[in-house]
Amino acid sequence: MIELNSKIPEGPLADKWTNHKNSLKLVSPANKKKIEIIVVGTGIAGASAAASLGELGYKVKSFCYQDSARRAHSVAAQGGINAAKNYRNDNDSDYRLFYDMIKGGDFRAREANVYRCAELSNNVIDQLTAQGVPFAREYGGTLATRSFGGVQVSRTFYAQGQTGQQVLLGTYASLKRQIAKGNVTMYPRRQMLDIVVKDGRAQGIICRNLLNGNIEKYSAHAVVLATGGYGTIYFLSTLAVNSSGSAAYTAYKKGAFLANPSFIQIHPTSIPQLNPYQSKLTLMSESLRNDGRVWVPKEKGDKRNPLDIPINERDYFLERRYPAYGNLVPRDVSSRAIKERCDAGYGVGSTGYAVYLDFSDAIKEQGIKAIKSKYGNLFDLYQKITGENPYEQPMKIYPAGHYTMGGLWVDYNLMTTIPGLFAIGEANFSDHGANRLGASSLLQGCTDGYFILPYTISDYLADKINIKPLSLDDPEFQKSEKEVMDRIDRLMNIKGKTTPLTFHKELGKIMWNYAGMVRNEQGLKQGLKEVSELEEQFYKDLKITGSKHNINQTLERALRVADSFEMARLILHDALNRKESCGAHFREEYQTEDGEPLRNDEEFMYVAAWEYTGEDKEPILHKEELKYEFVKPTQRSYK
Amino acid sequence: MKLTLKIWRQNSPKEKGAFKTYILDDASQDMTFLEMLDALNEKLIAENEDPVAFDHDCREGICGSCGMIINGRPHGPGKEITTCQLNMKAFKDGDTIVIEPWRAKPFPVIKDLIVDRSAFDKIMEAGGFINTDVGSAPEANTYPIKTHKAEEAFEAASCIGCGACVAACKNSSAMLFVAAKVSQYALLPQGKVESLQRAWNMIMKMDELGFGSCTNTGACEAECPKGISLAHIARLNNEFIKSGFNKLFADKH
Repeated sequence: MIELNSKIPEGPLADKWTNHKNSLKLVSPANKKKIEIIVVGTGIAGASAAASLGELGYKVKSFCYQDSARRAHSVAAQGGINAAKNYRNDNDSDYRLFYDMIKGGDFRAREANVYRCAELSNNVIDQLTAQGVPFAREYGGTLATRSFGGVQVSRTFYAQGQTGQQVLLGTYASLKRQIAKGNVTMYPRRQMLDIVVKDGRAQGIICRNLLNGNIEKYSAHAVVLATGGYGTIYFLSTLAVNSSGSAAYTAYKKGAFLANPSFIQIHPTSIPQLNPYQSKLTLMSESLRNDGRVWVPKEKGDKRNPLDIPINERDYFLERRYPAYGNLVPRDVSSRAIKERCDAGYGVGSTGYAVYLDFSDAIKEQGIKAIKSKYGNLFDLYQKITGENPYEQPMKIYPAGHYTMGGLWVDYNLMTTIPGLFAIGEANFSDHGANRLGASSLLQGCTDGYFILPYTISDYLADKINIKPLSLDDPEFQKSEKEVMDRIDRLMNIKGKTTPLTFHKELGKIMWNYAGMVRNEQGLKQGLKEVSELEEQFYKDLKITGSKHNINQTLERALRVADSFEMARLILHDALNRKESCGAHFREEYQTEDGEPLRNDEEFMYVAAWEYTGEDKEPILHKEELKYEFVKPTQRSYK
Repeated sequence: MKLTLKIWRQNSPKEKGAFKTYILDDASQDMTFLEMLDALNEKLIAENEDPVAFDHDCREGICGSCGMIINGRPHGPGKEITTCQLNMKAFKDGDTIVIEPWRAKPFPVIKDLIVDRSAFDKIMEAGGFINTDVGSAPEANTYPIKTHKAEEAFEAASCIGCGACVAACKNSSAMLFVAAKVSQYALLPQGKVESLQRAWNMIMKMDELGFGSCTNTGACEAECPKGISLAHIARLNNEFIKSGFNKLFADKH
C-alpha cells in the first residue's frame, strides 16, 4: 500500500518554504532544454505554470479544450485576489492571511501549504501588476483594495467585477509570450482522455482532437494537471458548462489519490434558477456583500414588493445571527443561513427560493456613482439576466455549486501519488480545507503556477536529464490509446434513446438533493443507489448522433458524463465517511444547538485520500493526519 | 412559442455549406438563445440527425467562446451582449430566425456555426504582452497610476476576443481587437516602454493574416459586447504612426 508522505518541511512556519526551496534540486539551463513537460488546462494556474516553465527553458506543451487558452473558466472569477500587502495599515500580515484561510477552511487544510500561499501573495500582486493587469487604483494612484467574506481587513485587490478575466488575461499574455519564443507549444481543442503511466511514472497523455476526432498521443518527462474543479457534478453551477472533473477522475483511475472530494463550496450569491431549461447559474460576486445587505421579510410568505416592506418588518438575518461579521460571513455560513430561511418559508421570488441582496442603504450613503464604479458591470450583468434593475430594487439571490476544495491529493511539492504527475490550482486539494475564503482561488492559482511548481518540479526532474521521453510506440501508449478508442466506441454504439444532456441533468438533481448544502446518512446512501441506477441506465440507453471523426459535442459531453458517475459516488462515499460537519460539508446529524457545524477533531482531523481499486469495487480510504503545530483549532465563530 | 430557424450547416471546412430550415415548436421566452439551440439539438438527436455545432462555454458573457450572426447582426439584437446573454424574450411566436457563423476570411468555418479564430491568438503572440520575467517584478505600488487611466486601461482590457468586431466590419478588420490590447498597455507605465514596437508588430501580423483595413465606420464599436470604444483605435493609430516614424528615422541612420 502507498504510504502518504506530505513532505512538509521541518522548522518554524515562516521558514518552512525558504528552507525547503534551498533544499530542492535544480536543473541546469542546458539540461532544461532536453526536458519536456505537459501542462493540461490554461486557467490562471495552468497558464502561469506553462509560461513560467517555458521562461525557465523547459520544452512545454500546453493543452486546453477551448478554441483558445484565453477562455478557461478562471476568466469568470469576479471579486478579487487577496494579498497581505497591508496597504491599508489595518494590521494585515502573512500570518493573518494564513490564519484567515485556515480558519475559513474550518481547520481541515495543511498549515504549511496555506502559510506558503499567504507568504507568496505579495509577489503575485507585484507580478500581475508588472504584467499590466489593470487593478483598481486610489485617487493617489496606488492600488485599491476591498473587503471580502470571513476577514476583518481590506486586502482584496480587484478590477471591477472582472478580476478573474484580468488576471487570466495577464497569465494568458505571459503564455503567449512564451509561445512566440517557441518555448511553449499550444494544443487547443483537445480533450484529455487518459494519462500514460509507465514504470510508476506519469509520462504522457492521450487526447481526442476535438476538430477531427483523432486520438493523439503526447509524451513528456512530467505531466501537470491544472484542470479545475468538478462543480458541474450538480449540472447547474456557476462553472462553464464544459468544465468537468474528468481529468482528476482519469488521474484517480490511474492511481492518484483523490482527497476530500465531498468538500464542495456552494456560493451564497448566485442568480437563482429562473426556469427549467436553464443550462447554468450566474454568480454575483461576494464583493457585493461589502455594500449589499441580505434580508427576507419577517412575515412568512410576505409577497409585497420589497420596496413596500418597512425596515422593521425585514429580517437582516446575517447581521442578526452573526453581528461581528454581519453580511461578510464566509460562504458556507451564509449559504446555509439563506437555505435555512427559505426552507422555513421566508424566501422571496416566484419559487420562494431566493433572498434579497439590497443596495439601497449603500446608494443612500455613498451615491449611485460610487456604487456604479465598484460594481457597475455586475449590476449590468444582473439586469441582463433578470430584467430587473438592482439600482432600484434589491437583487434576488440563492446559493449555487461553485468551487471544489477537494481534488487530487498532492504533497508539499504539489505532486500526486503518481510520481511525475502534478496537480495545481483548483485541481488539487491543498489550500482551502473544507471551505475556501473568497478571493483566494485566483491567489492559489497564481502562487502554484508562478512561484511553487517551477521550483518543486525541478526537484523531480533533476535525475531525469538523461532519460528520453517515452516513445509514442511504447506498448503502454498503445494500450491507453486502444482503451480510449474502445471507450468512445462503446458510447457511440449504445444507440439508445436518451441524450447525455438529459443524463447530466438527472445526475445533477441527485447530487444537489443528497450531497448539496445539507447532507445526512440516509440521503447519501440513497444518492449512491440512485447514481448507480442512473449509470446503469446510461450504458443501456445513451444516444449520440453524428460522427466520432468530426466535431461531436454530444460525444464530448457523453465522455464527461460517463466519468461523472464514479466521481459522484466518490463524493457520496467521502461525505458518508466524514461523520462530522465542517466548512461546506454539513451533516444534519452533527450540528450545534443553534445550527452551526459541529466538528469532530478527535476522529476526523485528517485529509481523506481515496484510492481507486477497480470498477465496481469500493475505494480505499487513506488518512493524512492534520497536525496543527502553530494554530489552535477552535470552533469557528463569526458571531 | 413556435420558431422557424434557418441555420447554416456545413460539415467541414472543405465541404460546401447551406442553410437548412428547422421548426422548433416548444421554444420558450424564458430560454436564453443558446438554451433554445440546446433544445433544438435535443430534438435533432431524437430525430437521428447531427446536432448543430456551436462554440460556447461560460454562458455568462465573459469567455468569448460563443458568437454567431443572428438575423444579420453579430450576437443578435440587443446592445452590449454576447450570444449566450441573448434572451428569447427578444423574439416572439412565429418568428423566423436566421443563424450564421461569423463571416470573415480570416475566420474560416470549421463546422456549422464554429469558426477558426486562431488568427486572434497569432496576433496576440506578435506582441500582446509586456516583456517581463517572473521574479523581476518591482513592488506593485512603484507605478502610481491615475484612477481614470487605470479605468480606461481596464475598459480596453475587458475585450473578450469573441470576434464580433471582425464579423461586423465590412472589411473584416481586426483594428478594434488590436487597439484594445495596444491601448491597455499604452495607458499603463508598465506597458508604455514597448508600446510603439507592440503596435507595429501586432498591426503587421493582422495584415499578414488577411484582416482588412479600418475605415472608421464604427460597426465594430456598435456590435462589441463589451462596448469597447473607437477611441482606442485612435490611440492605436497614434502609436502606430509614431512607430512608423521611428522606423523611418532608424532606417536613415
